[in-house]
Amino acid sequence: MQYIDEFRDPDKASSLVAAINDIVKRLAVGRDRPFHIMEVCGGHTHAIFRYGIANMVPPEIEFVHGPGCPVCVLPMGRVDDCVAIAETPGVIFTTFGDAMRVPGSRKSLLQAKADGADIRVVYSPLDALEVARKNPDLEVVFFGLGFETTMPSTALTVLQAEAEGISNFSLFCNHITIPATMRAILDQPDLQLDGFLGPGHVSMVIGTRVYDFIATDYKRPLVVSGFEPLDVLHSVWRVIKQIAEGRAEIENQYGRVVPRDGNPAALAAITKVFEDREFFEWRGLGSIERSGVRMRKSYARFDAERKFATPSLKVADPQNCQCGEVLKGILKPRQCRVFGKDCTPQTPLGALMVSSEGACAAYYQYGDLEGLRGPCAADAA
Amino acid sequence: MCLGIPGRIIEISDSTHRLAIVDVGGVKREVNIACIVGERAIDECVGDWVLIHVGFAMSVIDEAQAAETLRLLVELGEAQQELAAMRASSKG
Repeated sequence: MQYIDEFRDPDKASSLVAAINDIVKRLAVGRDRPFHIMEVCGGHTHAIFRYGIANMVPPEIEFVHGPGCPVCVLPMGRVDDCVAIAETPGVIFTTFGDAMRVPGSRKSLLQAKADGADIRVVYSPLDALEVARKNPDLEVVFFGLGFETTMPSTALTVLQAEAEGISNFSLFCNHITIPATMRAILDQPDLQLDGFLGPGHVSMVIGTRVYDFIATDYKRPLVVSGFEPLDVLHSVWRVIKQIAEGRAEIENQYGRVVPRDGNPAALAAITKVFEDREFFEWRGLGSIERSGVRMRKSYARFDAERKFATPSLKVADPQNCQCGEVLKGILKPRQCRVFGKDCTPQTPLGALMVSSEGACAAYYQYGDLEGLRGPCAADAA
Repeated sequence: MCLGIPGRIIEISDSTHRLAIVDVGGVKREVNIACIVGERAIDECVGDWVLIHVGFAMSVIDEAQAAETLRLLVELGEAQQELAAMRASSKG
């Protein structure tokens, strides 16, 4: 078994679609709107489009794309801070690739690089640490982007730097947390959500019990899902089955990777290096309490926020941008006034069009769904 | 950012720094396995299938759970076939 192809078997996919259809056709009688299932993380948004899953499920199910794409929720002011650090003489700024093209108020990191700043794309924070070892006279900053999935990697890299006594490496911490974000989404008055596909790889780190409040306080079902097509379809089936049976529980479809209590070594590293921020600024969603982390004082010498002066301004999105509404699931990408016109992957106005996991980029790349929707399995039965 | 891929640990390359060589779809990569060693001796990790994210192994893929998930899907498929057969025969 190599854990990919087995979870892409088309026969099993057909069975799942048929099973979903069976439940939905019974449930949908007399309803005035589709079932809204939010897939929280950007990886699931991408999987849904890439594998055509939105086309496979009946029209009575609509996916609402959640804010779980850390690039998409990066506020412009934070990009400006990155550019400020990168343009400081003697600095090598390292980052994951998807952050490069997010627009700041003056420029993106890609544009800053074109203007002469030493900005390098890395695959892993460990690669950034290697850059620091190889350039002892320069200050290497790593842009720590991502949810809890990436926090352990960044934390372990800082611990490695500490163990080796490396003094020219620091982290610009922009890590954000999923549970607080989900609570903020659930508290939105204009959102009607019936269930969730829970993040797969965030949960690998933090476990599944952190979502219990969604079942107990908000009475919505959540199924933690893997990323292969069968995983997503299986999870959709489990959500809709819960709704049919009047249940609101937290289930784990991705049991082969996600342990109920998360990863102890990863959580220990995170706790050692990071602490909660009282609130953090999100593009489109505003300020969310306890939704981000910063470095502890004991790691101040690795903290770029302490080592560098940055503008740290709250910068509003461009006027015609509707990223906020798309992020909250109120608008579909094609309903945004600039989608496909002023805002395209080549000329992105907002982060949702830049990131490979962003809903807008996915819609653009994979085509407008309403126009493409073909006959579904139920028609053939 | 959620992108994780499965790979198989082939050998330990640096036990002090918890680094291993992992085969990811035929390509060999050095990966930090600090998060998945647990209480085991590091050499016991050779042969594990792991989920890799930005250069770190973050979870050991549980083969039994994977097989169980697939088995459930086979059962579901069989149930759907039964249902379809019943519907077809009742229409006849």
